[in-house]
Amino acid sequence: MLEHLIPVLAGTLAAATPLIFAGLGELVAERTGVINLGVEGMMLIGAVAGFAAAAHSGSGALAGLPAGAIGGAMAALIFAVLSLSMAANQAACGLALTIFGIGLSAFIGQHYVSYSLPGLPPLDIPGLSEIPVLGPVLFHQDAVTYLGLLSFAGVWWVLKRTRLGLILKAVGEAPDAAHAIGYPVIAIRYAATLFGGAMAGIGGAYLSTVYTPLWVQNMVAGRGWIAVALVVFAAWNPTRLLLGAWLFGGVTILQFHAQGLGIALPVQLLAALPYLATVVVLVLISRDKRLLQLNLPASLGKPWMP
Amino acid sequence: MPLLEARPTPSTSMRLLAPLIAIGLTLAVGSLLFLSLGKSPVEAFGVFFIQPLSSGNGWSELMVKAGPLILIAQGLAIGFRARIYNIGAEGQLIMGALAGGGVAIAFDGVDAWWVLPLMVIAGAIGGALWGAIPALLRTRFNAQETLTTLMLAYVATFALSYMVNGPWRDPEGMNFPQSILFGDPALFTPWFEGMRVNASLLIAAFASLAFWFFTSRSFLAYQLTVGGLAPAAARYAGFSADRTVWLSLVLSGLTAGLAGVGEVAGPVGQLNLNISPGYGFAAIIVAYLGRLNAIGIVLAGLLMALLYLGGEAAQVALQLPAAITGLFQGMLLFFLLGADVFVDYRLKPRPKPAYA
Repeated sequence: MLEHLIPVLAGTLAAATPLIFAGLGELVAERTGVINLGVEGMMLIGAVAGFAAAAHSGSGALAGLPAGAIGGAMAALIFAVLSLSMAANQAACGLALTIFGIGLSAFIGQHYVSYSLPGLPPLDIPGLSEIPVLGPVLFHQDAVTYLGLLSFAGVWWVLKRTRLGLILKAVGEAPDAAHAIGYPVIAIRYAATLFGGAMAGIGGAYLSTVYTPLWVQNMVAGRGWIAVALVVFAAWNPTRLLLGAWLFGGVTILQFHAQGLGIALPVQLLAALPYLATVVVLVLISRDKRLLQLNLPASLGKPWMP
Repeated sequence: MPLLEARPTPSTSMRLLAPLIAIGLTLAVGSLLFLSLGKSPVEAFGVFFIQPLSSGNGWSELMVKAGPLILIAQGLAIGFRARIYNIGAEGQLIMGALAGGGVAIAFDGVDAWWVLPLMVIAGAIGGALWGAIPALLRTRFNAQETLTTLMLAYVATFALSYMVNGPWRDPEGMNFPQSILFGDPALFTPWFEGMRVNASLLIAAFASLAFWFFTSRSFLAYQLTVGGLAPAAARYAGFSADRTVWLSLVLSGLTAGLAGVGEVAGPVGQLNLNISPGYGFAAIIVAYLGRLNAIGIVLAGLLMALLYLGGEAAQVALQLPAAITGLFQGMLLFFLLGADVFVDYRLKPRPKPAYA
């Protein structure tokens, strides 16, 4: 059993990585009051930008991830101009961004269909990767997966321990008050939205240049939406987001290990599990209205103009 | 320094102008795109918008594509007016197609007039039930319908994949993921020899009439809108916010399900993995572009259908990727949302310099 379980657990961490990046980015944006439903589109644009950069530069993920971040941030900029500067409906703008991202990534990506990249070898942490069970699960991952965990630590620290975190949260809770004491609400929301876009872009570029280094149209396959759901599930708390991402990472890769684990279910049912699980966790978390109200950034989704 | 200021009252003329501005801007950016790809914009737009309509078959194809788009968008608009965002119509379409297709497969070889009507009813029920799940989750457990409808759309694609790879796979289909080809009793008869337009278009036409009547004439539609915009006010006036959710999602599921049957009993003629080229998502744009108004949606649906046809024509004539249709769809929605801002806001006049 154990020899089957180790690849499952190790795979879980890798499968969770795009969700961690995209989810953390969306979490920060939502804490400032901006709900961007365009995560799926930003991930796709990041994925295709990352793939193109990796393919043309020959440096793989090293060029792919920064390019993905830039692509995702540019996509977020369109959303920000419409929904922050022009106060357009955030839900509709996010949806538009997703539809646009699907179209744009397919348009650019058609040059790369069935083109594959070298990917990224796992990076052993000296000493630690020798530990039985824990070693191969935790310390035999690709560099980006470690980077995802570092990003979690960074976001956690900023939100919980720093003045910047306080300002971000103040803008989300009470934009009028934050404005009155002199904080540039719109500029802060721009920054958080672009950060969200860059993180979603990195998540997308991880998928296209490391996780499955091969261009497939629409390859993000709903992970952007799952990341949005994870933020709700996490009640806007980064630690819960990390746990949620691992949970979903595990559900996602179950289909590839079902045979080894002795699960005899139709492959389509296993493939549908992450989406079904998203519905289930949304129900579980949303039914407790009090918990949701307590953590929901008070100005979430509401247009604000000075 | 904010550039915009709120208008005292929303501008009605801007509401009607916004879609035209959005179309104009999309064409302008489209021209730049064509130029950058080394194509003449005049030639490209000729291929996109004129060539598809230069033959009888072109008009038939336009109707074949406009039908499902209009049908789905009419249902979605009811919910969107009440701020109920069903964005998983694609899934409800698939479930309608599965239910209707299931009837066709079960009664394969039965030559009776009732097979097709039964398929249509099954499709409507299939779509409505798939829409009822997020309604239940929203009213009972407070789960946001935006996310649940979309997640269920993914689940629906896997359900379709399971059925055409498993129980309903054509035994003589060389292992392709597809069902048997439906017999004539399970198909809408084309109106004209060699063209695909058929009576399923009447369903879209009827739905458009019904929704026009419903939204402009009935008190229930007004209650729905209030229930979505101001749940507290609606409760005070004795309208139920829950009923708004249920009606919006079940109705839009029903129309999407009907569109699904229209595809499998029409142009597709069987169940396979390509029963919809994203109609459920494109219909969201159609609903907004048509100003959530029954007549506007008919016009917007025709335009979106033309965009699909143009994309196909451009693929053949200009070797442009089919994905260009999706790119145009996204741009159109962006420009529309941008232009819509000016319904409620206007540019602030530059402050006059103050002289001492």
